[in-house]
Amino acid sequence: MNDFTYHAPTTLNEALAALGAEGAKVIAGGHSLLPVMKLNLAAPTDLVSLAGVPGLADIADGGDSVTVGAMCTHAQVAGSAIVQARIPALTAMADGIGDAQVRNAGTIGGSVAHNDPAADYPAACVALGATIVTDRREIHSDDFFQGMFMTPLEDDEVITAVRFPVPSRASYAKFANPASKYAIAGVMVAQGPAGVRVAVTGASGDGVFRVGEMEAALGESFSAEAVAGIAVSSDGMLSDTAAGAQYRAHLVAVMAKRAVAACG
Amino acid sequence: MPTVTMTVNGMERSGTVEGRTLLVEFLRENLGLTGTHVGCDTSQCGACVVHVNGTSVKSCTCLAVQADGADVTTIEGLANGAELHPMQEAFREHHGLQCGFCTPGMVMSAVDLANRNPDPSEHEVREWLEGNLCRCTGYHNIVKAVRAGAQAMGGGS
Repeated sequence: MNDFTYHAPTTLNEALAALGAEGAKVIAGGHSLLPVMKLNLAAPTDLVSLAGVPGLADIADGGDSVTVGAMCTHAQVAGSAIVQARIPALTAMADGIGDAQVRNAGTIGGSVAHNDPAADYPAACVALGATIVTDRREIHSDDFFQGMFMTPLEDDEVITAVRFPVPSRASYAKFANPASKYAIAGVMVAQGPAGVRVAVTGASGDGVFRVGEMEAALGESFSAEAVAGIAVSSDGMLSDTAAGAQYRAHLVAVMAKRAVAACG
Repeated sequence: MPTVTMTVNGMERSGTVEGRTLLVEFLRENLGLTGTHVGCDTSQCGACVVHVNGTSVKSCTCLAVQADGADVTTIEGLANGAELHPMQEAFREHHGLQCGFCTPGMVMSAVDLANRNPDPSEHEVREWLEGNLCRCTGYHNIVKAVRAGAQAMGGGS
């Protein structure tokens, strides 16, 4: 890992000022960033920690939405009474990320900003129609996840929260890599104000994607049988030691069916 | 180079580090606390688990500067002199180790679980230990040890 200058600001403005340096990067829990820095896939000159910035780790019930602060750890989301009461599918998803120690350190903001194609949060955000809130604007998840590790975030932009509309029902089903617990195929199904949305993570090289055919079928009839016959193309699917492209495509259909069945 | 100060096993410890110095490197190399092991260095194996402000984390995926000002407990901080911590005693009693490489992380992870759940079921123990890999035991005796250790702790660390 290359060395860098570490900044521990205590206000958001101080953090934004430090991020003005060329080559600076935000660090939240560090569980996506430090592994890629160890591999020299990222080599920031400055790391700006958000750990000391107050107000970024709150979870608030906004009635028709739940807002989760960017610095909330996965364990915090998994253990939140508000999230459990309003969007239990999100609780279950957060509780299935990595392992206990990863959940104690990794954050929602870090996961979303990194946009790993096998991370769980992108599927939850897209299926629930979440809005990514930054220091300067709000970005709908449909516009936020732009392909593997790609987002519209500016170099000095900081995610402060993620706002999830409360669905009438939702569920997440994941076929996890047995070692890392990253998704080989993870499907979040949600029915809410924007209709039915089916979002898939882990399977495609382009990151999270929606399955329009399944959404249309579930809009007609919300049942596991409605998606049972829908095959997903293996074009563009990842292929690695964990699973080949065709197997991943098959898993997407199976996970979608399980997620719908679990919605009840 | 930054200076970090943290409470490690009840004692205030300071040191000069690089920004990139990992917490596990600071503990092992600056402080000589080599009980915390480095297995995979990719946040999967759990040999490096320590407690930071009472919560178990992987110290290979935490910068020393991120733990500046924190309260850190390592495996060396559990025993009371010659008297083993109840979780350590349970690992000995139930033969919850063979080569011992994963054991410090297993024990630190198990103590965090016991602090949250004083009587975990076998299933709860196995789920909690997903992030602690053991290549010797097959986990059976580790699970027995963790359940016994948690009960011996009686809801206190």
